Amino acid sequence: MEDIDAIAVLQDPVRRRLYEYVVAQGREVGRNEAAEAAGVARTLAAHHLDKLTGAGLLESGSRRLSGRSGPGAGRPAKVYTRARGERSVSLPARDYRTAAELLAEAAEEAGLDAGLCAAARRRGEALRGPAGPCGGLEEAVEALAARGYEPYLEDGAVRMGNCPFHAVAESFPPLVCGMNLALLEGLLGEGGPVRARMDARPGECCVVVEASKNNAD
Amino acid sequence: MTASPHARHLAQLNVARLRFPIDDPRVAHFVEMLDPVNAAADDAPGFVWRLVEDGEADATGLRPLGEDVIVNLSVWETQEALWDFAYRSGHLEVMRRRRDWFHRHVEAHLVLWWVPAGHVPTVGEALERLADLRAHGPSPRAFTFASSYTAAEAAGHAPDGDSATV
Repeated sequence: MEDIDAIAVLQDPVRRRLYEYVVAQGREVGRNEAAEAAGVARTLAAHHLDKLTGAGLLESGSRRLSGRSGPGAGRPAKVYTRARGERSVSLPARDYRTAAELLAEAAEEAGLDAGLCAAARRRGEALRGPAGPCGGLEEAVEALAARGYEPYLEDGAVRMGNCPFHAVAESFPPLVCGMNLALLEGLLGEGGPVRARMDARPGECCVVVEASKNNAD
Repeated sequence: MTASPHARHLAQLNVARLRFPIDDPRVAHFVEMLDPVNAAADDAPGFVWRLVEDGEADATGLRPLGEDVIVNLSVWETQEALWDFAYRSGHLEVMRRRRDWFHRHVEAHLVLWWVPAGHVPTVGEALERLADLRAHGPSPRAFTFASSYTAAEAAGHAPDGDSATV
């Protein structure tokens, strides 16, 4: 399916709610749960979830939701998660991804990490505008969500399920992840009550946002 | 044989040329991170083996490519396991600061190749793979993350110097 067709599948408001709910959970979601969250009947939810799967926006599998296994555990239920692939549409056609990859490759070869991070920090500061440093973790969640991250709270810190620079970050991790950290440092501001720190984990953004230590290092 | 379900494991060598002697205060932060990052590697999913100098905790004392070049040689069950450790663990923070401590490489500084499970690569073998990559570019014998080959592709390739049966 063409990207533009896949994205068009999201135009239906019920489908869109179901998609956004599944994506936000970051785990497998069953039909009943999705139907309840979207406020629609189970059969309608099933229909739309399968449309989303057909468009390649979700992936489906089956799992016994009861947690039991073996005879008597019940029929496996269908579950959904976000598909890993990316969809994008640009009208008129543009190809910023190739440009980003070529620029990153050249920056990597020339060892331009420090210059890239300085530019990223300035951009983050410009995005923040005249406001002071980010006032707390809840404010950080809003600022991050507005930039395309998918922030969630864990153990009193903000982690991010999405990396807006995923494709380039996978090809040039230290360069692009360093850029991402500098951008977020600029966006959140330094010397305030929260700070960004690199704490990479498989499958997630490389940065965590946490309360600053009182005696900053 | 090991209990690993993989018939072939991925070996990796990377080399780094220090900007300052290893006991210089300007590389102290790198040295401080060696023990925790190595410990994280040892516990990482898919980790098989890493080179250490006899009686030492790491291989930074081995300098087969010259006094200012440190080497890092390890074996992993899969390419994904190595990638996740290198770029999605505390090791990424070390990588991010690499320009503070190491000279930029003009030639390839990382090489990957497949070895039969249970095979422990020698430093000499690793340096041959790096030389192969530098001389001929990526091939099933010696490749990089950006241009990688599967174990099956490497196995189907011509004799490559480690012909141990699989």
